[in-house]
Amino acid sequence: MSWLGRLLGRRKAEDELERELAFHREEQVSDYISAGTERREAERRARWAMGDGDGLREACRDARGTGWVEDLGRDLRHGLRLWRRQPGFTAIVFVTLGLGIGLTTLMATLVQQVIYKPLAFGHPERLVSVQERTGYAPNATAVVEGWGNIWGLTYPNYEDAVHGSRSLELGAWSREGDIVSEPGSAEYVLGDEVTANLFPVLGVAPMAGRNFLPEEDRVGAAAVAIVSDNLAQSRFGSARAAVGGRVNFGGKLYTVVGVMPAGFDLNGYTTADPADIYTPLGQDTSPNLQNRGRHMLGVAARLRPGATLAGARQELEVIARRLQAQYPATNKQRDFLVQPWRADVGSVSTSLWLMLAAAGLVLLIGCANAASLTLTRALAREPELAMRAALGAGRGRLVRQCLTECALLGAGSGLLGYGLAAAGLPLFLAAWPGGLPRAGEISLNGWVLAAALAASVGSGLIFGLAPALRLQGRKPGRGSLFARGSSGRGLAGGKRRLHGSFVAAEVALALILLGAAGMLGRTLVRLQSLRLGVDTRNVVSARVALPDAVLADTGRTRAAWNDLLRRLRALPEVETAAMVDTVPLREGNNPSSYWTGTTPVPDDKQPTALTTTVGADYFQSVGIPLLQGRYLDERDRMGTTPAVVIDEVLAHHAFGNRSPIGQPLHLGMGNDPLTIVGVVGHVRYWGPAADDESPVRDQLYYAFDQLPDRFVKRWSQLMSVTVRTRVPPGEAIGDLRAAVGAGGSGEALYEVRTLAALAHGSLDQQRFLLFLFGVFAGLALILACGGVYAVQAMLAQQRLPELGVRVALGAGRGDVFWLVMRQSLGVVLVGLALGAAGALGANTLLRHAVAGVDGVQAATLAGMALVLLAAAAAASLPAARRASHADPMRTLRQK
Amino acid sequence: MDDAAKTELPQGTLDLLILKIAALGPVHGYAIAQRLQQISHDVVQVRQGTLYPALHRLEYRGLLAAEWKATDTGREAKFYKLTAKGRTQLERETRSWERLALAVSLILQCGGRGAL
Repeated sequence: MSWLGRLLGRRKAEDELERELAFHREEQVSDYISAGTERREAERRARWAMGDGDGLREACRDARGTGWVEDLGRDLRHGLRLWRRQPGFTAIVFVTLGLGIGLTTLMATLVQQVIYKPLAFGHPERLVSVQERTGYAPNATAVVEGWGNIWGLTYPNYEDAVHGSRSLELGAWSREGDIVSEPGSAEYVLGDEVTANLFPVLGVAPMAGRNFLPEEDRVGAAAVAIVSDNLAQSRFGSARAAVGGRVNFGGKLYTVVGVMPAGFDLNGYTTADPADIYTPLGQDTSPNLQNRGRHMLGVAARLRPGATLAGARQELEVIARRLQAQYPATNKQRDFLVQPWRADVGSVSTSLWLMLAAAGLVLLIGCANAASLTLTRALAREPELAMRAALGAGRGRLVRQCLTECALLGAGSGLLGYGLAAAGLPLFLAAWPGGLPRAGEISLNGWVLAAALAASVGSGLIFGLAPALRLQGRKPGRGSLFARGSSGRGLAGGKRRLHGSFVAAEVALALILLGAAGMLGRTLVRLQSLRLGVDTRNVVSARVALPDAVLADTGRTRAAWNDLLRRLRALPEVETAAMVDTVPLREGNNPSSYWTGTTPVPDDKQPTALTTTVGADYFQSVGIPLLQGRYLDERDRMGTTPAVVIDEVLAHHAFGNRSPIGQPLHLGMGNDPLTIVGVVGHVRYWGPAADDESPVRDQLYYAFDQLPDRFVKRWSQLMSVTVRTRVPPGEAIGDLRAAVGAGGSGEALYEVRTLAALAHGSLDQQRFLLFLFGVFAGLALILACGGVYAVQAMLAQQRLPELGVRVALGAGRGDVFWLVMRQSLGVVLVGLALGAAGALGANTLLRHAVAGVDGVQAATLAGMALVLLAAAAAASLPAARRASHADPMRTLRQK
Repeated sequence: MDDAAKTELPQGTLDLLILKIAALGPVHGYAIAQRLQQISHDVVQVRQGTLYPALHRLEYRGLLAAEWKATDTGREAKFYKLTAKGRTQLERETRSWERLALAVSLILQCGGRGAL
C-alpha cells in the first residue's frame, strides 16, 4: 500500500490494530486458563502484559509512517488551544512579528513590483533598449558611467542601425510637446513622435482605432495622430468618439486614427510623464532630424526569432565601428549600448532597497523577541513537558510539537502582517513624495502572500528552534520533572547566555536602525540649512505657452515676450518679472560644453556647464547675488557684443584667481565667442543634497535677446517666467494668469510653482526616508526594550533563590539591585558594541544610496547608543527592583 | 512472573528474530511472541508494546506481508509471512550476526585466558 493509501486508510489500520491486539489478549487469556488460571485472574494478567496501550498504538502509527500527519493535526489543535489559554503571550508575539512581517511584505512588494516586475509589454524579455555611448564624457574630468556619456540616438545613426541589423527590429521616438488648442481649450501637452513600427515592436496596440501605417510614416503623408486614453476622455468624451476626430496640435490639424490603452507609458515607466499625443516621426521635416550630431531619439528594439542579445550587441558593434570610420566628426569613440529593457525608475530603487533592509531589521528584532518569549515560556512549561516525556512522549515528538506551535504563531502573525501590508500600501503610495513610478500597477498579489506566509512560518520555525533544541538536549527521566525545583540555583549559565544573546541581538539591530535614523536626521538638518544660492521667498515660476501663430514669426515672438513681461511688471503685486528657460530645482536642464582662452579645445576635452537662457532682471527675480562685473540687462540685445555671465564655480575652474571679466568664452558649437561680463553666486541647481555630487557644477547664463533668430522658436516653446511678488505668491497667481492671457492670442501659463515649494520638494527623498527610518527605529526601540524587560524579569525571577542566599549571607538591597542591573546592562553593552559596528556598515550603505549623507559622526552614534542604553536600563529597573525587594526567607522557603 | 530474569535484546536484534520466525511459515503476532519465548527457553520475552510496532515497521518496509485469515481454532487473525525482500534481509542479517557473535566470543575467550 502506498504511503498516501495508508494515510487515507488509517482508520481501517487502527481498527485492524485493535482486532490484532484483541486477538492477542484473548489467546493469552485462553492460554492462561488452559494452564489452570482462573478466568478473572487470567484477564487481569493479560491486560497487565499489554502494558501502555496508548504508547503501543502511537508507536505503531509511527511505524506505519503516517503518524506525523496525525500528530500534526493534534499539535495544531493543541497550538490553537494555547492561543486561547495564553492570550497575552499570543498577542505580544502576533503584534511583534506581525509588524515586522507587514513592513517587510510591503517593502518586498514595492521592490518586486516597481523594480523587477516586467513591463506590461508583449514578451518583455525579448525587448532591448538601444542608446549611444561615448568613450569620453563631455566634461573631461571623469567618465561617470550612465551620466554624461550615454546619449540618445541621432536619426541618421538610427537609420543605419535599422538597415544594418538582422537580429533586431528597431523602433524610435522623440519627445515633442506643444499646445493642443481644439477640441477644448488651449493647453500644453506632451507628445511623442514615433516610428510606425514602434508600438508593434513594443507589443502594444491601440485599444480603439488602428496603429500608424508604414506609408503614413514619411514626409508629406496625411497628418494623423494617435492619442492617449486620457486625452480622448477629456477632449472627445470617449476613446470611440475620438477615432476619426480632429485635433489641433501645434497649430496643425491631425486626424485621430487610434487611442492607446489607459496607463500606456512609452518612456518605459520613467519618472517622466507619459505623452498624450503621438505623431509619425517620419513626417517631421526638422533639419535636426537629419543632423548626425543631434541625439534626440529613444530607441526600443525587439530581438527577432532566434536572435540573441549577445548576437545583437556584436552586430551593432560592427555597425558602430563602420560609422566611426565613415563619420569621424560626429561618431568618434561612439558605439551602441544594447541593454535588456527595464523600467527606468531612477533613484527610487535605492530608496526601496534601503526601506526593505530597514523593514528586515525590524522583522529580525521581532524574531529575536518572539524567540526569547517562546524560550521563556518553554522554560515555564518544562515541568509539563518533562511530565509528558515521563509519560512516554518521544523527544522528537515534543520537538515537533514545539515547532508546530511556533510555526502556527508565525502563520497567524503572517496573516496579521499581510493585513497590515494591504492596509498600509495605499497610504504608503499616497505618502511617497512626488509619486512612485508605476504606482498604478502595484498590488499585493498571490506571490507576495505566499512569500509573506513562507517568511512568517520560516521565522516561526527559527524562533521555535532554540526552545526545541533545548528540549532535544534533555534527558527525560533524569529528574527533569523537578529540574526547576531541585536545581535550587535557578538558571544555569548556558540558559542565561542564550537569553542574553537574544537581547544583545535585539539591541544591536535597534542601534543600527537608530543610527541610520540619526544620520538621516542630521543630514536633513544640515541640508536644510544650506544656502541654495537663490532667494526662494515670494518667487513664482511658471511655463508659458505662446500660440503657434506668434511662434511662426521671430519678430512677433520677441515682441510677444516683451509685451507679456511688461504686462506682468505692471501688476501692483509684482516686484520683478523675467524670463528663463530652465528653473533651478525643477525638472529640465541644459548642459553644454564650453571652453575659454584663445586656443580651441578638442571636443572630448571640453568641460560642461549648465547653460541658462535668461531675460533682463532674471538674477534679481530669483535673488542670485552679483559677485563681479554686472548682471545681464537691456544692453545685451541683438547687435551688441554677445555677453555671458558665469557663476563662481566656473570662474574658479577656468580662471582661478584671475578676473574673468572681459574674457572670451566659447560654447561648443563653434560660434563666435561670448564675452564674460559678470560673475554671480553658484546656484544649487540640482537641489541642496544632489548638487555637490553632480558631475556638472559650472553654470553660465546668456541673454535671450542675443539668441540667433533660428533658435528663437524652439527656445520660446521652452521658456518660463519667474516673478518675485510683493505679496504671498498664492495671492498673486490669479492676476498673473490674467495678465498673461490678456495678450489676446492664446498665451497661457502652466506648471505654476513657487520656488519655495520646489526647494522643499528637493529634500523629499531625505525627509521621507528619515520619517520611515524614524518610525522603524521607534518600533525597534520599543521591541528591544520589551525584549529586555521580559527577559530580565524572567531571569531575575529564576535567580531569586540565589539572590536569597546572597541576602542571607549579608548582601544589601543595593548590592542585589546592582547585581541584576549589571547582568542586564552587560548584555546590552555587548549588543551596543555589535550594533555600532553594524551602524558603520549601514552608514556606508546610506552614503552610496542617498545624496548628501555625511560620514559617521561619532556624536550621533554615541547619542543614539545612550538613548538605547537609557531605555534598556529603564526596562531592566522593574526586575532589579523586584529582586532587591524580595524577602529572602520567603523565596528560599518557596524553593 | 512474566518478566522475571529478563535479558534485554541488543538493538535491532528483535527484527532479525521476527523475520526468522516468519520464515518458518505464516504466523500471527501472539504465536511469534510465544515461539520466541519457547525456543529461547524463556530468555527472550517480547512485550506487545515492542512487538507490534516492530511488526508494523517490518510490514511498512516490505519485509513482511500480512493477511487476515482463520486460525486452527477458527478465529480471524493477522498472519505475517516473509516476502522475498524479507528473505534476503534475513540472510544478510543472519550472516552479519554470526560474524559478530563469533568475534565477540573470540574476544571474550582470549580475555578469559589472561593473555597479553
